[in-house]
Amino acid sequence: MNSIIFKATTRMVTPLLLAFSVFMLLRGHNEPGGGFIGGLLAVAAFALYALAFSAREGRGLLGVRPRSLIGVGLMLAITSGCLAWLTGQPFMHGLWLPLEFPAELKVGTVLLFDIGVYLVVTGSALLVLLTLGED
Amino acid sequence: MIWMVLIPFAAALACIWLHRVLRGHVAAALALVPTGLAIAVAARLPVVPGSAETELFPWVPDFGIELAFRFDGLSATFALLICGIGALVLLYTSAYMRRGPGLGRLCSLLLMFLGAMLGVVFSDDIFVLFVFWELTSIASYLLIGFKYEEQEARNGARQALLVTAGGGLLLLAGLVLLNIAARQSGLLPEQASRISVLATTDLSGHALFVPALLLIVIGAFSKSAQMPLHFWLPNAMTAPTPVSAYLHSATMVKAGVYLLARLNPVFGHSLWWHLLLTATGAITMLGAAAMAAGQTDLKRILAYTTVSVLGTLTMLIGVGTDLALKAAVVYLVAHACYKAALFMIAGSLEHATGTRDIRQLGGLWRVMPITAVCGMLAALSMAGAPPLFGFIGKELLLKAKLNLDYLGVVLIIVASLANILLIAMALVVAVWPFFGRRVSAAESAHEAPVSMLVGPLVLAVMGLFVGLLPGTFDSALGSAMATAVGGRVIMMDLKLWHGLSPSALTALGISVVSLGLGFLLFVRLRDWLMHIVVVVARLGRRGPARAYEVVFAGLLAFSENVTRMTQTGSLRRYVRVILLTLIVTVSYPLARCLTPADALSTDWFWHEILLVLLTLVGAIAAVSSRSAMSGIALLGITGFMIAILFALFSAPDLAITQIMVEALTVILLVLVFHRLPGFSLFRDRYERAIDATVAVLAGAIMAWLILATATVHLPTTVSDQLSRMAKPDAYGRNVVNVILVDFRALDTLGEITVVAVAGLGVYALMKLARKRKPEGSGS
Repeated sequence: MNSIIFKATTRMVTPLLLAFSVFMLLRGHNEPGGGFIGGLLAVAAFALYALAFSAREGRGLLGVRPRSLIGVGLMLAITSGCLAWLTGQPFMHGLWLPLEFPAELKVGTVLLFDIGVYLVVTGSALLVLLTLGED
Repeated sequence: MIWMVLIPFAAALACIWLHRVLRGHVAAALALVPTGLAIAVAARLPVVPGSAETELFPWVPDFGIELAFRFDGLSATFALLICGIGALVLLYTSAYMRRGPGLGRLCSLLLMFLGAMLGVVFSDDIFVLFVFWELTSIASYLLIGFKYEEQEARNGARQALLVTAGGGLLLLAGLVLLNIAARQSGLLPEQASRISVLATTDLSGHALFVPALLLIVIGAFSKSAQMPLHFWLPNAMTAPTPVSAYLHSATMVKAGVYLLARLNPVFGHSLWWHLLLTATGAITMLGAAAMAAGQTDLKRILAYTTVSVLGTLTMLIGVGTDLALKAAVVYLVAHACYKAALFMIAGSLEHATGTRDIRQLGGLWRVMPITAVCGMLAALSMAGAPPLFGFIGKELLLKAKLNLDYLGVVLIIVASLANILLIAMALVVAVWPFFGRRVSAAESAHEAPVSMLVGPLVLAVMGLFVGLLPGTFDSALGSAMATAVGGRVIMMDLKLWHGLSPSALTALGISVVSLGLGFLLFVRLRDWLMHIVVVVARLGRRGPARAYEVVFAGLLAFSENVTRMTQTGSLRRYVRVILLTLIVTVSYPLARCLTPADALSTDWFWHEILLVLLTLVGAIAAVSSRSAMSGIALLGITGFMIAILFALFSAPDLAITQIMVEALTVILLVLVFHRLPGFSLFRDRYERAIDATVAVLAGAIMAWLILATATVHLPTTVSDQLSRMAKPDAYGRNVVNVILVDFRALDTLGEITVVAVAGLGVYALMKLARKRKPEGSGS
């Protein structure tokens, strides 16, 4: 798609979308959002960029291979479940840091798990989208 | 003991790296592992009859299953055999496989098998035992199919797996029944699966006792190759010889006998047990011995004689008198020693001459003198000639039967016939390859390397040593093992010479006559062999092996048909089948119990009506659109409208997800759009009418279902409780997300794994298609 307006808008919107996806990920525990929605938003951001420029440039913007995102995401999700073992709790038991962050954000293994979901969703969808768009 | 079980598995893992460092020496180095374990077991000798050590670790407390390990005479004897022969086999492998590829894999699998076997013999919990039991089946499958490029090896491996694992399933069912029976008889959950507890509990009055017994016995028979489930063992001879020497002489096939021996105190007083084991054992003993005489492959001869011996052991356990159990103990150990030695010798012969055909071997004693001596010793033990260990075993066997008041005569005749055949075959194995005419294959032959001689030599000399000094075996292990099998104290007093009592003289007389007849048979066998081979082969084509083939071929044909019917490859057909199934399965219960009566009468807002109309318009327009691009865009309208409906009816998470999925679907479809074939209508009016009917019906059913569910007041206890728990327990107000990442996080983990696999799958398919393109038709 060779439209200057589209390209220029995309340049501005993509970082906003990415920031918004992280925001959705973090606020998910209290308001609508979460790793799944955040991940899909991130995919939308990259897909938009890939449409405006090219799949190759979209890949360049991502910086890492989508496959690695899947692996890291799954690892994070599983690790977050295993951490509970260290305290003698069953697999997937949620552990929380006793700290208060702004905007009611709580940090714990559950957030780690959600980040894993975010990465897996992003990685899988982008793997398909970018490969499809590349030729 | 848990360490003894875990160490081989650890070594099997380490083997992967060790192999890269040590290369050809890896097998010899790893032989140190079982050697160390054997020393650890030997350090606990002598085992006092009736004593046992137990180790307990919690495993599945909800089912009352503990990792219970027990060390007594029976498990110690088996552990010594497993580790001792395992070490010798690994040493043997280092020379046997030096030039072949996959030495590391073979060693790793052998060690894994060793660990599984140790687990079987040390387990005191029936379910722990079962887990290790199945592990031995899996390891054996991989070992028999070691040369997986060969069709024959794959078939043999699959057959062994299907027979033993199929028997394993029956065994599991039997163990579960036994467990239920024990619990209902008042045992605690932790006690009801412990073999040592079951052994001292009388369960014979329970209704499930006999079914459990039958299932367990069949499971054990499949593992120990009792007729009619014996056919997998000769076919498993496609395995490399070290594997046969290990699995098919001393360990794997003895696991079934071990289980029977171990459970003898539980079932021994039952008439079913007595009759089933005695009869099957006797039939197997004679049948397999006869079939051994019709083989020309050295390893197959040994395999059939092994089946025959396993039958003898089963029969002895079934007879169950003190003398019979003593005979079983001695015969089991003696057989393990000489049979492993003979298998290794068969491997050495093949190694030296390139053939295992008994007719093409001869005159090798000049070039392979040490192997020849080992072979003679082992074969004499097999024939039961004094003063070897096998002689003591056979004497005891005869005495045990002479002391029976009924059945004894029949068993003696059957056993003597089998014995004569085995003696002849022992002589065939020991004499034909080494003496007589020197065949051409012998010209280039050479003595086996040292590491291939150690195994047969040690085992053969052991047979001689124990035969000359039987008392050492008694006091160290024998009595304790017989006691464990019998469930009562049985003291052994083995002797080479039993004095001049009538029964001893009768036994000796039968031995001598059998030896003589066996020798006569051996002398004539060379002329008769080809006739017997033809007869046995003809019988084999109609035997249980044939039944297995028919069933297996039928299974393949059946699954091929099912696949052809269900996997047509036509997407339209899949969708039609799915929708029709939905219509049929949902409409029937709906029509019976639910009416969507008053759901439509609630108040409607104008914006809701507008949304519904837009959704409908989108759907209808998409169906009637004439280009793929506009169809996609119109479908998008429907999707977004539904998302807004979600948002209106307070499901914001769902709405956001729906919007994202819709947007991405459109992008995806746009991306693949140029790959799709042109939009063409190639189906006639009639077909499209059917499709339209199915689609409208499915839509109507879904609408009806949703309206109906709206009128039903489902219990809300679960959702209420989750909403209440979300904030205090999981620190989140968004219940949907809390459920996703905390309450039901395991489900989500499964889902993201599916997402990951699906993504990788699509990626792989596209990469594959791209790779094929230059060669293929370009589509």
